[in-house]
Amino acid sequence: MSTGMALALLGAALATIGGGIGSAWGTGMAGQAAAGVTAEDPSQFAKVLILQLLPGTQGIYGLLVTFITLSRIGVLGGTPITDTNTGWMYLFACLPIAVVGLISAYHQGRTSVASVGIVAKKPDQFGKAMLFPAMVETYAILALLISILAVTNIG
Amino acid sequence: MAVVKMQKLSVCASKKHRKEILEALQKTGAMEIRTRSDQQQDGDGIIHMDTAEAVSRFEKTAESFDKALHVLAEVKPEIMKGGGLFGGPMDISEEEYEEVIKKRDSLLEDAYDVLRLDKERAESLSTISKDENQILSLAPWKELPVPMNFSGTRETKTFIGTLPMSVDDAALLQIATEGLSGDVPVSADVISVNGTDTAVFVIAKNSVSDKVSENLRMAGFSRPAYVSSYVPSDAEEILRNDIDDQNTRISEIRDEIEKSTEKAREFKIASDYFNTRAEKYKILGKLPQTGHVFFLEGWVTAASAPKLEKLLTEKFSAFVEREEKGADEVEPTVLKNNKFAANVEGVLASYGLPQHGKIDPTFIMSLFYVFFFGMMLSDAGYGVVMSLLCLIVLIKKRKTISAGMKKFLSLFFFCGLSTIFWGAMYGGFFGNLIDTIATTFFGYTGDPIVKPLWFDPMSNPMQLLIYCMLFGVIHLFTGLAIKGAQYLKDHDVVGFFCDVCAWYAFLMGLILMLLPSDLFKGISGMEFNFPPVVGQIAKWMTIIGMVVILLMSARGKKNFGLRLALGAYDIYGITSWLSDVLSYSRLLALGLATGVIANVVNMMGAMFGGGGGFGVVIFILVMILGHTLNIAINALGAYVHTNRLQYVEFFGKFYDGGGIEFKPFKTANKFTQIKEER
Repeated sequence: MSTGMALALLGAALATIGGGIGSAWGTGMAGQAAAGVTAEDPSQFAKVLILQLLPGTQGIYGLLVTFITLSRIGVLGGTPITDTNTGWMYLFACLPIAVVGLISAYHQGRTSVASVGIVAKKPDQFGKAMLFPAMVETYAILALLISILAVTNIG
Repeated sequence: MAVVKMQKLSVCASKKHRKEILEALQKTGAMEIRTRSDQQQDGDGIIHMDTAEAVSRFEKTAESFDKALHVLAEVKPEIMKGGGLFGGPMDISEEEYEEVIKKRDSLLEDAYDVLRLDKERAESLSTISKDENQILSLAPWKELPVPMNFSGTRETKTFIGTLPMSVDDAALLQIATEGLSGDVPVSADVISVNGTDTAVFVIAKNSVSDKVSENLRMAGFSRPAYVSSYVPSDAEEILRNDIDDQNTRISEIRDEIEKSTEKAREFKIASDYFNTRAEKYKILGKLPQTGHVFFLEGWVTAASAPKLEKLLTEKFSAFVEREEKGADEVEPTVLKNNKFAANVEGVLASYGLPQHGKIDPTFIMSLFYVFFFGMMLSDAGYGVVMSLLCLIVLIKKRKTISAGMKKFLSLFFFCGLSTIFWGAMYGGFFGNLIDTIATTFFGYTGDPIVKPLWFDPMSNPMQLLIYCMLFGVIHLFTGLAIKGAQYLKDHDVVGFFCDVCAWYAFLMGLILMLLPSDLFKGISGMEFNFPPVVGQIAKWMTIIGMVVILLMSARGKKNFGLRLALGAYDIYGITSWLSDVLSYSRLLALGLATGVIANVVNMMGAMFGGGGGFGVVIFILVMILGHTLNIAINALGAYVHTNRLQYVEFFGKFYDGGGIEFKPFKTANKFTQIKEER
């Protein structure tokens, strides 16, 4: 395997690793809070489940970038890349979602925990509660976008 | 698409009709009765009925029925489930209602019976657990041949208890007889050894009992916490018999409760009846009255006002007056929309209802809502699944479904249709399922079979990004237009020109200048060649818009310097427009996410399930599992982010909610609703 391929694979792996760690962290925290509310009032299950899932998207974004990268660098068929510089480019292209995915999912998880608190006290304010974690997600989406645009425009 | 006009009615009627009038109002459920705190004082011949006691009595009664229903539901869970997740109150006929109400007293007795049985069962359960604990504490003493409270004979003293150490008979004798010599009249038996505790049974002649007692005490001897007057093995049997008895009783109780489950329907009706009465008496206690008449005021929709007036004047010879709303009053908000737009009313309400005199954005929002949702989920297959699921539930549960759930499902039915549309545009049907099947199982190698009607976002994401932002600009400009319409409605022409038209000029000028630039061409690959005159127009539009905003946006301020500073700050608000437009890139990102993950699922299926035979089964399993997961997570994402685009970007331009929900005085419908007579 060429150095370029190794670097590109490192980038692809980082995208899933970063997004995945962040999402596991975020949904884990939110899930604990959600379980507490469900224990008190099982009828809020659907609402708190949605709030728990919100920080889960970064992991998917990471997977998405990994998949696009893998298909572009020839791991999933096609001709594998050999150039070292191209490998570096793929690595850097994957970084936005890897780093921002991790950090934003963590903070989105914390926001979700707080929003689960809103639902626990005022179940009818679910619409507003959902909005706070969605605000954090914006930056993960922007990072995803840049990673996708960068990966698809290399080579 | 409007906020319904409200009318305030004041009613003055004879006191003898007051309960009938309240009942009639409650049944129609058309009026929100206003109760003012400044009218609560008695005086000037005005009195208030004290109904607190009656209210709490009715509420307690309703609660007893509710509790009884919960007890019944433990035996038969479907009682409290109603129509399942999508269920609303059940329909009952007027006759059934009357019939049940007639026997409400005996029903209440039945409910109390159920509650008493439940209490008895709880007692039995606690007895059982007490018995079990005692059996546990008796366990080390099973071999003891005498009752545990046996203290000795005339000649001897006995010591029954535990030592905190593990010893055998010889060691125990040693401990007990320490310091005594010769043939000591002591018998020491170990009954059982329990880890580090030893249950001991020591008999000593009275002559040495003091010394033995002291020896044992030094060794840490303690008497057992639970002492029964039976021989332990007998005591255990007695306890076991008691447990059996209690279990029999519990199953008897269960049978009796089970017999009562047939009353559940009547309990539900009765519970609603008493809650309805409690509501009525709550209002009754707040109405000002004199010796002969009482007063009542409240809000009704203007459309229902004449009907209500007629009812009150003709049937109860009440005096009804239409009143103007007071300066400090805010009328409650009722929305009226066409069948399609009404489905997003819930989305609007969870942000905040519009105030009176403000534009109801529901209809315009509903169009964008469905459009954007489809763009984010963007897979024809997923759209079909979603629409079908919603449709099936809507049809199957049409009788029991609650109004809110019906709107919710209808909304997602339409969102599913929009998803099908966008799936066709992007060429996604469960990702690339059809092509995957063709290549994996039929050896197809030609061009892709499913072709997008528009273009494949993966092959040209940059182009789609530009379109997303275009849709965003349209969405935001629509928001600004509604703001303009609001200014015109309020006859604020200056506001219309300075806060809306100026921004349009400013923004459109900027966009027109950006489009032909090299920067835009470099990013999007699109080239615009406008004649030079357009460039000139754009330049002047921008400048005029900017100057108007600078001078006029803070026109309320007297201090000219401050006014300019605030105006400049407003121009800086252009950055928020930029970030708002960029925010629409989520349309692309989420659309791509659905498509790519669907393709990953298909690829995994082809990887594991190729080769035919058993592979087909694996392929199908991977498809079902993977696509179900993808639908769930991406539909959730699409829902959340469509809401966000409406709430933050769209509403941010013009809408601030602040309306008060219309809460009509009506019957309690927790479990039941009386079916309208046809």
